[in-house]
Amino acid sequence: MKIMYALCCAVFIALFSSVTFGATAKHALDAANIDPNDMESLKRGARHFANYCMGCHSASLMRYNRIGQDLGIDEAELENMMIFTGAKVGDLMHISMDAEDAKQWFGTKPPDLSVVARSRGIDWIYTFLRSFYKDPARPWGVNNAVFKDVAMPHVLWELQGLQAPNYDTLKGKDGMTRQVISGFELVEPGDASPSEYDLIVRDIVNFLHYLGEPAKSTRLRLGKWVILYLVLFLVLMYFVKKEYWKDIKKAH
Amino acid sequence: MNRWIDMGKDWLETRFPLIEFWNDHLAKYYAPKNLNFWYLFGSLAILMLVIQVLTGIFLTMNYKPTADTAFASVEYIMRDVNWGWLIRYMHSTGASFFFIVIYLHMFRALLYGSYGRPRELLWVFGMLLFVLLMAEAFMGYLLPWGQMSFWGAQVIISLFGAIPYIGNDLALWIRGDFVVADATLNRFFAFHVIALPLILVGLVVFHLIALHRVGSNNPDGIEIKAKKDKAGVPLDGIPFHPYFTIKDMLGAVAFLIIFVFVVFYYPEMGGWFLEKDNFVPADPLKTPEHITPLWYFTPFYAILRAVPDKFLGVMCMGASIAVLFVLPWLDRSPVKSIRYRGPIFKVALAIFVISFIALGYLGTVAATPIATNFSRLFSVLYFAFFLLMPYYSKIDKTKQPPDRVT
Repeated sequence: MKIMYALCCAVFIALFSSVTFGATAKHALDAANIDPNDMESLKRGARHFANYCMGCHSASLMRYNRIGQDLGIDEAELENMMIFTGAKVGDLMHISMDAEDAKQWFGTKPPDLSVVARSRGIDWIYTFLRSFYKDPARPWGVNNAVFKDVAMPHVLWELQGLQAPNYDTLKGKDGMTRQVISGFELVEPGDASPSEYDLIVRDIVNFLHYLGEPAKSTRLRLGKWVILYLVLFLVLMYFVKKEYWKDIKKAH
Repeated sequence: MNRWIDMGKDWLETRFPLIEFWNDHLAKYYAPKNLNFWYLFGSLAILMLVIQVLTGIFLTMNYKPTADTAFASVEYIMRDVNWGWLIRYMHSTGASFFFIVIYLHMFRALLYGSYGRPRELLWVFGMLLFVLLMAEAFMGYLLPWGQMSFWGAQVIISLFGAIPYIGNDLALWIRGDFVVADATLNRFFAFHVIALPLILVGLVVFHLIALHRVGSNNPDGIEIKAKKDKAGVPLDGIPFHPYFTIKDMLGAVAFLIIFVFVVFYYPEMGGWFLEKDNFVPADPLKTPEHITPLWYFTPFYAILRAVPDKFLGVMCMGASIAVLFVLPWLDRSPVKSIRYRGPIFKVALAIFVISFIALGYLGTVAATPIATNFSRLFSVLYFAFFLLMPYYSKIDKTKQPPDRVT
């Protein structure tokens, strides 16, 4: 068996060190650093989501009143805060924009955001919403460092303002030089300061994270009790087994 | 009072062999007393089957197998069905855990030569179960109708198209459409929830009947039936019940702790159990950047990709599974257990394990030239383990196993 272990280790070190270096240069993602237990942040995020995102993006797998229940918002307040379409609180979060119209206006239908935090990841969304930059070549005058040539306009531009990219020149392995966006410079300030804007985005991301899996907090809260129960059961079973097997060990 | 119980027993036993069955398969079924940790995975596989069937029944109550509604119905289960998220995560995590358990169960057979005479048929039934389980998992993975569900099925079914002459028609026949579509989803649902589970459960019964005819192998790889007392009970055998029912329950609880830990804290397992792209609804017009099957298929997928020709690749992938079926007839060693095998087998087994895990890893990464070359190397080693076995298992320096279990 010792030979087996030694061989295994040697080959894996060789394998992983040689195969994994092929990572391509992508825009680095910033950590979203959300706090899923911060109810105030989630409420702010829900409000921003309804105001800024739901004009174009649905969350059609989610019901309004589930948000109310989970975030502690009563139904009257919820209607006030999130529902601008005449939908009922028990309805799914559809939008009124027609898919065909959307295709005409943006070139593609804005995706449903119910589970976007699970497909993209929270860091991606956080970085994406902070990485729009001025690009006169694009139809909406902005491009995005994380999602190149994205069809989405910079919806939050009034808050963030507009930024211009700084470039770094990198030399690739093939000897070619490339221009890579290294950071941004605010050229037209918005209504929010940069730190305020980061907070707004963080709240939206926090809400999207919640929206992706509303039962997550229940899951995390419950898990330790289930495990504790099983651990106690395990201890019990261990002694039961020992008691039963006593005779067998002796006979041997 | 006792008289009444006896009368009741008698009444039942003349009409239904319940007590006889209990004795034959539990209370007076003798298993070697030296069965170790590795022997837990058989009963754990049954536990996984039960979990998958039970959670599957509840999922079926709320899942809707049409292309328009499938994705949303899974999220409906996650959000609107009471405890739906738990049932769904148990089922999705259960799929991966089922394969972990089965792979360890099969590895146990390799370690102790459990496929050897007289257990060849037991092994073959087990291999049929493995193939069925792969089909079951593959079809189940289409049902959430995410991008990876769709494109994974698209890629795998298109492999049938590589078969000369009939390939394209065969792929069309399987899909029921020119691409994976509503018709495919419907038939996969039918196979996943009724056809395959029925056969699977039936084969498990066959697997157990075969096991109980020949009896369990053990870590020493010797037959306990060779040494019996006057009553015909093997000297090294102990009744399955209560000894192994209790031991298996202990194993089951320990296993469940790991299982629920993943269910509650890492149901996605960093994208290994639930892939990120599968949270995007299936879109026939958008191919994901990187299509990979789930981890339990990747060793075979890596072998497929290692071969430059598509048809030959499919054949090699098929052969990599088919060769396992004939394993009992490839092993010419006079001993079964690794404890008494010689150094050649130990090294060969180590190389095989490395190759299998490495192929599993390589099947998940993009097919760069370096990765492909590694895949080729490990594919060759994978096959060498089996194809050279008749030779190296014969010339290996084995030790003499003891008469009685240790």
